[in-house]
Parts: sequence; C-alpha cells; structure tokens
Amino acid sequence: MDRTGHTTLAEWSAADDAAFAAAAEAFREQLDAGYYAVVSEGEGQARQVTALPADADLVILRRPIAGG
Amino acid sequence: MAAGTLPERAGVAWREPVDARALRARGRLWTLSTAAHSVPFVATAGLLVGIEPGLAPVSALALAHAWAIPELYANRGAKVVRPQRRGDAAAERTALGLLGDLIGHEARELHARTGLVAERGRLGVWLVGEAGALLVRPGGRRVLCWCVRADDASLPSADRTAHLLLALREDETGFATVANLAFSGATWRVARRLAPGMRPALRAAARMARG
Repeated sequence: MDRTGHTTLAEWSAADDAAFAAAAEAFREQLDAGYYAVVSEGEGQARQVTALPADADLVILRRPIAGG
Repeated sequence: MAAGTLPERAGVAWREPVDARALRARGRLWTLSTAAHSVPFVATAGLLVGIEPGLAPVSALALAHAWAIPELYANRGAKVVRPQRRGDAAAERTALGLLGDLIGHEARELHARTGLVAERGRLGVWLVGEAGALLVRPGGRRVLCWCVRADDASLPSADRTAHLLLALREDETGFATVANLAFSGATWRVARRLAPGMRPALRAAARMARG
C-alpha cells in the first residue's frame, strides 16, 4: 500500500522459481525500506511474515503504526 | 518478541500490554477522574442553593461546568476518528478497492456510509478510522477512543484505514498497547460528539457489542 492506493510489486507462483526469486528479492527490499509484510487470513485474522510465503495468494506490505 | 506480536510494540516496550483486565482498570480510572472533576461542581451548586436560593444562577453555572468537563473529554475522544484530508481521487478509489477486499459485505457497506470499518475482536467491537479507532466494550455501554496512525501521511484515506485494520488483526492487544488512549467513557457521550455521518457506525458497533 502506498500513495497511489497500492502498487503490485511482484507476482509469482510456487511452480515458477525465477518469478518467486524475483518476488522474494522485491519483498526483502521492501522490508529493508521499513515495511511490514502481512498475509490476510480471512476476516479478523492477519499474520505478519518475514519471508515471502510461496503459497500465499496475497502478501500486503504495510507501514508501521504509532500512537498519535 | 513472540510470534503474532505486533512489531511496533518494541517501540513502546515500557508499556504494559493492554488486555481486558487493563482495559477495565483504565475504564475505572477514567470514571473516577470524571467524577473528581464533576462532583465538586455539583456539590458546590447544591451548597449554594442550600445557603441562599438567590444564588441559583451561580449554581446553574456550576452545574454547567460539571456537565461540560466530561463533554470536552468526550469531544477529544471523538476527534480520533475525524476524517483526514483527501488525496488524489484515483488513489483513493484504488485504496478503497483493496480495503473492500479485506472486509465483508456488511463492513463495506458501513464504511461506505460512515467512513469507519467495524471489526469484532476479543476486547470488543472496533471501529477503525484513518487516524484512530474506537473500541466498544462488550455490553456496548463503554467506548475507548484510541489515537493511532500509519506513519505515512501521504497515504490515501482508505489505505490509512487498511494499515490500521491489518495491524489490529495481527495483534489486538499490541494494537491497543501501541495506540494512545484519548478517552474512555459512556458510548452515548461519544456518540453526541461524533460527526453525524459517523454515528450510525457507533450505534452498529454498540449493537454488535451487546450481541
């Protein structure tokens, strides 16, 4: 999620090693930039991940939150 | 840090985790604080009229103070979900699409009407806004107002809400621990101070909290 609404950084499938490697690289860059990665697990549940899960349908990168 | 713990908690490591017990304690403290502010004015009003009925206008002023102080606190609480500045319209639409994918039909409809996302948690029913959240406790009579935001002010409105919603879903206790409490008090008092368009969301959350 970014100022454009959201940007698709990478698409991959478990069967495509090259695409997954590229996605994992993009993923790491975003974590280094301060984003947190979250996998939505249906209504009411989400899980933070620190490595790109090959089988996830969608991984969302979010900014840190803080008390205002 | 334990798995499933919001990483932002590391930034407020000195804070005790805000669980149900902590929320009850905070609620009691807010009630005591409100009483400490209001009761002296009510007592003064009664005393003045008792001493001299002609002082009724002064008593009325004291009662007005007793009423106004909790209202001011509630107003501060309601402000946490005040809508923020809107950005680029295309970005707002895109962000709204992603937020819509994260929530169910009823929550989507409520968000379209009120700008708030209702989310049932273990601690109560949350109403997540762009820069804050309301937590309606089980029973629906008490609401806690939390000031919390994503650290990027350039995000579209729906994205700011989605960031908070995802963090809340990751770790509800962590979310409440990281957020700053702006008010805790009666739901009806906060409802009066919310923008009229947002009040249906609080009514819906209170119904959910009673159910």
